[in-house]
Parts: sequence; C-alpha cells; structure tokens
Amino acid sequence: MSTITQVSLRRRLTSSTAVVLMGIAVAAALVPLISLLWTVISRGVRRFDLAFVTQSMRGIVGAGGGASHAIAGSLLITGAATLMCVPLGVLAAVYMTEYGRGLPVRVITFLVDVMTGIPSIVVGLFAYAVASLFFGPGIRSGLVASGALVLLMLPVVIRSSEEMLRMVPLDLREASYALGAPRWRTIASVVLPTALPGITSGALLGVARIVGETAPLLLVAGFTDSMNGNLLDGRMATLPVFIYSQWQNQGADASAYSNRAWTAALVLVLFVLALNIAAKAAIRLTQRHKGQS
Amino acid sequence: MTQTILPTIHRETTTPIPAPISSDGPKIAITNFSAYYGSFLAISNVNVTIEPKQVTAFIGPSGCGKTTLLRSINRLHEVTPGARTEGSVRLGATDLYDPRVDVAAVRARIGMVFQRPNPFPTMSIRDNVLAGPRLQGRRLSRSEADDLVESSLRAAGLWEDAKDRLRAAGAGLSGGQQQRLCIARAVANSPDVILMDEPCSSLDPISTATIEAMIVDLARNYTVIIVTHNMQQALRVSRRTAFFSTDGASRPGRLVEYGDTMQVFNAPREEATARYVGGHFG
Amino acid sequence: MTDLVSIRRVPLMKAEHRRARAEEATARGVATVAGWTVVVLLAAVTIFLLIQGLPALTAQPEELPLGVSLLRLAPPLLFGSLWSGLLSLGLAAPVAIGVALFTTQYAPKPLARLLGTITDLLAAVPSVVYGLWGLTVLAPLTAPLGAWLATHLGWFPLFAGEASATGRTMLAASVVLAIMIMPIMTSVVREVFTQAPTEPVEAALGLGATKWESIRMAVLPVSRSGIVAGAMLGLGRALGETMAVAMVLSASPLHVTGSLVTSSGPGTIAAFIAQTFPEAHGLELNALIALGLSLFAVTFLVNAVARRIVSRPSKGIS
Repeated sequence: MSTITQVSLRRRLTSSTAVVLMGIAVAAALVPLISLLWTVISRGVRRFDLAFVTQSMRGIVGAGGGASHAIAGSLLITGAATLMCVPLGVLAAVYMTEYGRGLPVRVITFLVDVMTGIPSIVVGLFAYAVASLFFGPGIRSGLVASGALVLLMLPVVIRSSEEMLRMVPLDLREASYALGAPRWRTIASVVLPTALPGITSGALLGVARIVGETAPLLLVAGFTDSMNGNLLDGRMATLPVFIYSQWQNQGADASAYSNRAWTAALVLVLFVLALNIAAKAAIRLTQRHKGQS
Repeated sequence: MTQTILPTIHRETTTPIPAPISSDGPKIAITNFSAYYGSFLAISNVNVTIEPKQVTAFIGPSGCGKTTLLRSINRLHEVTPGARTEGSVRLGATDLYDPRVDVAAVRARIGMVFQRPNPFPTMSIRDNVLAGPRLQGRRLSRSEADDLVESSLRAAGLWEDAKDRLRAAGAGLSGGQQQRLCIARAVANSPDVILMDEPCSSLDPISTATIEAMIVDLARNYTVIIVTHNMQQALRVSRRTAFFSTDGASRPGRLVEYGDTMQVFNAPREEATARYVGGHFG
Repeated sequence: MTDLVSIRRVPLMKAEHRRARAEEATARGVATVAGWTVVVLLAAVTIFLLIQGLPALTAQPEELPLGVSLLRLAPPLLFGSLWSGLLSLGLAAPVAIGVALFTTQYAPKPLARLLGTITDLLAAVPSVVYGLWGLTVLAPLTAPLGAWLATHLGWFPLFAGEASATGRTMLAASVVLAIMIMPIMTSVVREVFTQAPTEPVEAALGLGATKWESIRMAVLPVSRSGIVAGAMLGLGRALGETMAVAMVLSASPLHVTGSLVTSSGPGTIAAFIAQTFPEAHGLELNALIALGLSLFAVTFLVNAVARRIVSRPSKGIS
C-alpha cells in the first residue's frame, strides 16, 4: 500500500549510517583543533607577559627571558621576503594574464601549482646550497632565509594575484584603451588598482604561510640567544625556531623552557590568525567594489 | 511603391537639432572595409563617409556588425583576440590603419562611450575625468586640470551635480550620472569624434532623455556616431542614418542604406530598410 | 555655455611615439622575465641540489651521517617517509571526504561556512606548533593504546616490537600528519563535489532514492578522479612535512619496520635532514642535500600527477 512513501528499513539504515559517519568525520576534524587551541592558549598565557616581548634570551639560564629577538627576527626575515616576493609575484601574474598566452603560460601555471607543494626543507637546502657556493660552508644569514621563504611564498602570491587580475572586468580595460592609454598604463593605472584589495589579501595569506615556517630557517638562519638586527650577517632567531630550540634544549628547569615555547607558539598563532583575518577583510573590500559598479 | 504603404514619421523633438558651430573638421571615410573575428566575417565591404560635427546613427538588427564597425573606427576591434580588419578608415587625410599610425593616438582622437557605464571604480569623479590625459602620460598643471574637469563635466551636464563631490568615488553616482561621467571622460581628451555604443540601453527613460539632449548638444563641437537599437532615438538625435543588415546568423553584416535620417525613415530606397523601419512603426 | 577647454591633440603618426614604444617594450619585458622566474627557480633548485648533492654519492661512508653510505642511508628513510605518508593519508582521506560531503550536500549554508573556517584554521596553524602539541598532548595519549596493542596484538606486524613509553611513535606521527594534510584534501574534494552536476542527484531523489543513495549514484562516481587528486596532494604535503615529524617521532633512522608502536621505527627524510643539519659539516651536508634532492623528486612527481588530474576536467569544460 505504501510503496511510494516507505523506504525499506535497510536502505534507511544505510542512509542514516552515512550521516552518522559524516558527523564522526566532522568531529574528528574539530576535536584536534579545539584541543590544540586550548593547549596553546592555556599553556601560552603562563609566560604571556611584557618581559616575553621586551627581553631576549641573552645570558638567561632557567626561568625568565623572552623572545623579543625571535619576534624581531621573524618580522625582519618575513618582511624582507615579502618585499622581494610580492613585486615579483604580481609581475609574474601580470605576465600570465596580460602578456603571455598559449603554451608558455600553461607550462608556468602548471609549475606554479606544483611549486605550491614543494617541501619547505628542500627550499632550505636549496638556499643553503646556493649561499654556501658563494659564501662558503656554514653560512647563516637572515637574508638567505628570506630568499628561501620567497620560494615558498611566490606560488601563493602568483596564484591569488592571477585570479584577481582575471576578475577585473574587460570593459574597464577597453575603457582605458579607448582613452588612448597604452597597454602598460592600462595595467598599471586601471587593472592593478582595481585588483589591489584581492592582491593584498593573497599577499597576506602568503605572509601567513611563511611566518610559521621552521625548517628553512633552522637550516640557514640558525638560532641565537641575542638580538641581531642585521639581515646580512650571522645567525638570526625567529619565532618558529625559538619554539623548536626551547623544546629541544631544555635545561634543568624544564618547565621554564616549555612555557617559553608555548608562549612563543601562542604569539605565532596570534600572528597567523591576524594575517588571515586581515586577508579576509581585504577580500571583502573587493566585493564592495563590485557591488557598487 | 513602398513609400505609399509606409506611414510617414515625423521628428518628435520639439527643439530642432541645432546647427553646428562650424561644420569644418575631418570627415571619416570608411572604404572597402571588412572586419573579422578569426575566420568569421562580421561585416563586409562597407563604404561610408561620415560628415563632421553632426550625429550619425548606425541602426540595424542584432548581429548586423554595426557595433563591430563602430569599434573599428577607434581600432578597439583589434583588442579582441583573433580579430582583424581589411580596407581603410580615414580621419581627414590619415588612414588610421596605416602601420605608421599610433593606435593610442587614434583612440585619444576618437573617444568612445560604452553600452554600460564603466567609470573606473578606483578613481574619484575628478580622476575619472582626467583619466584620459593621465593615461596618455600627459602632465597637466593644477589649474589646467581644474579647468578641464569643470569644462568637461559641464559639457556632459554633470557639473552642477558633481561639483561639490569631485573627490567622491565615481561608482557612487546613479546609472545615468555614471554614463554622463563617461561622456565627460571622453570629452576631456578633446577628441575629434565621439563613438557611442548604445549609450542609453541600460538607462531609465528620464536618464535616456537627458543623454539624448546632450548628444545633440555635443554634435556642435564633435562628430558623433551612435549605434542604437532604438529607432525613435535615431530619429530624435541623428542627422544621418546608416542601416545595416545581415542575411542570417552566420552571414556577414553589410551596409544596406545610408542617407539623411528623414529620408531613410520616411522614404527608404531599399526594401530591406523599409521592412525594418516599417516593422518597428507599422 | 562655457568655452570648451581643449588639450593639445596628439599627432596620429608614430614617428613621434618612439618613447611610448620603448616604455611598452620595457613593461612587457619586465613582466615576461618575472613570469619565467618560476621556471628558472625550479630549474635552479634541481641544478644546485645536484651540484651540492653529487659529492656525497662517491664519499667514504665514515664521512657521512651515521657512518654509512648514501645507498644504505636513503632507502630506510624513504621507506619511513612513504610509510608515514600513506598511513596519514589512510587516516585523513575518510575524514576529508566525510567533511567535504557533509559541507556540500548536507550542511546548511552558515554551518558549511563555519566548517570552511575551521579547515582554514587547521591549515593555518604552523607545523612547529603541531609538533609541540603532538609531543605534549597526543603522544602521551597514544602511549597506553600502543602498549595495549603491543601486548595483545603483538603477533600482528603493525603492532610488533616493544611499545614506546612516551608514545612518540609512527602512530602519533601519522595522526599529526593526518590532521595537517586534512585541510588541503578537504578543500580539493569539496571543490570537486561542488562541481558535480546537481540534475542527476535531483533525478535520483525524484526516483525515490534516499539522500545517501543519490550521492552514491550521482556524486561519488563523477568525483573519483578529483578525490584521487586531493589524496595525492595530501600525500605530497605529508612526504615533505618536516618539523611536526621531527618533533613527534622518535626514530632509529636505519631501522626498517612497519610497526606503529615502537620507538625504534624508521625516520623520514625531511625530519632526518632537519635534525641532522644543524650539527652537520663537510660531506655530511652534501649527503643531506642529496637526500633533499630525492625528496624533491618524489614530491614533485606526486604533485605533478595530482595537478594533471585536477586540471583535466576543467579543460574538458572550456
């Protein structure tokens, strides 16, 4: 009588089992995140004080000290990498969307995609391999580390810029050409400004990716207890490497070291979160532009 | 014979089309001109001479190539990948397709207003007006720029509305105002010719009336060519009309008839013209 | 009517536009060079790793890390990398597919957006923080489980050997890796599910299929290659992941065992390089660079295949 409405019990069970399994999957993704954030916050606040951001580890044994030198190092190395990478990445995206066509663009697109997955340790080794050829073995320098990070950030910047440039409406380009603008001025004065919020967002995501990188920095920037403001000379501490070394070289008062590691992790996570939020805000700017025109 | 069947249409505008300040200025001579997209021939073998300082309308059904021809006059057609042309378009004595001619200069001398208003979203009203000279890399003094902004916005009938918010975003204006801003932007280049590609098709009737009045006014100083789907509009604004048609979707467009607007609408020489014009009014 | 202000008209002929042409050519040249930088950089990575890695091939074992030849050192590490990669893939794939299915087919918009944010967050956490969390929170949690498995199921190869007391085992490392690669897999698979045509789903529903049956019949079959691509991208990430493994996994690098619960399992290439590099010198560095080159080759291959699969359907459409 009710063949239309009633699905057999077995089929209904299968269907609800699938939903339950999906629920488990979602939980399996949620639980680690909550645990991780909780651990980082609860352990990180123990040393989340003024001394942590104003003092270095110079001459510190046991408790006390801070990560000011590592924060400064992270800002310097990441900043230098961003300054090198963003112009290069945006120009590459300009080539791929505005000038190049056909096979070369397909090859570059493919390589950019593949480059997104290049292991960071390989990039660190590459930077070391190049720098040691010129400056001898054992080279440690903040700038070489920045160079390594450029390779990791570049594909992120290129891909997002490319996407944003392609979203700039054709009629704006035509309007510019119709006013007698040469192509390069059309790109520089019309296309790039229109895509700017999106490009900014991509660059911020790129920075978020490299600010937490550890492996290349461990290899070519090394670690030190003191402040070093010179990118060109010698070892430079960074937040990720600070975390690693605090954990690895625990002294007699082990909790002092692990507390510092967790606080550094908290600071790092806050950095990354702030960058992600800023990237989302920048994207929203683009959408407002589009809504108006 | 066809004339007797057709109803006679009279100009509806109360204000007569004003005489040009002077009718001197370069003519546009289009000779044996064809335009392609890849292997597709969009418009074939056009011969037309456009008189300076008056409005010429291009009319015809969709796909007849009138917009392609319009975009060929300022060499914007070739921006589309695969697009190419044959034949010549002369502005005065110069063939615009001569290899020695600078494309950017052609477009600076022949302005264009598009179907959808497209002010630059990142620029203020003022910067939109000055975009032409700036995009050509020219330097204007502060006072030159101020004068140019005021004069261009006045010519586009936007000065009164915009003078107190020149630094505001151009995208914040209404649709009709945006289109007037685009006209001001074209005027600021001091062009010889202004091309208009269905400039009112995305606007409401009131904005349309304003723009139409302005088009008539613009023709006192500029040669205006307007592509329109709207017969009434062609009648209201143009001195001369070119009717284009095509024999099918994959067939090239061609020029059927060209003459004074009154003659084309009231006494068409070709039967195709009569059918098209009559179909819209009969 | 005010007087028209006019600017000087530009001449139409090109002779006077030499500067404009030079500017245009410069702009094009700069952009082209930037575009090809990616190709040059990847080529440079290969060449420099080759130059600096080759000396290690012919070196005496005693000059190399752990005092063994490269041919003796590399295979166990490669095994460790692949083994941890596959294990984490096995753990992450079902979760990624489940989350992607739930967000695209079941969840209401706000919930889907929330889940998207959560996966973004998981992707944003730096690997060194995962490492710290893995060894402080996760490893101690898995230690009793490992001990129990070793005692009761020790006959089974996966649980053979003496259980680690700290829990810093292949099991813990794979779980951390799985959490880390889950976001990228989820986003690729989610994309694929979103692109699956909706008409067949509706048709199946109209014919009386349950929601799950309609997904199984209409969504999963067309998404298969996309799921494979997502899995391979995840595998690529897992193979290259360095710090989390270096911190969580306690390994005996020359030992080859599939056991998940001992503290003397194999290491991974990436982690081994990170752990050994700071103290290494001379030919040891060259050996590490050679290992890095092999890792580069493997991940390049995995990523290249994955990208080929991903780009294929979109090419079909356009």
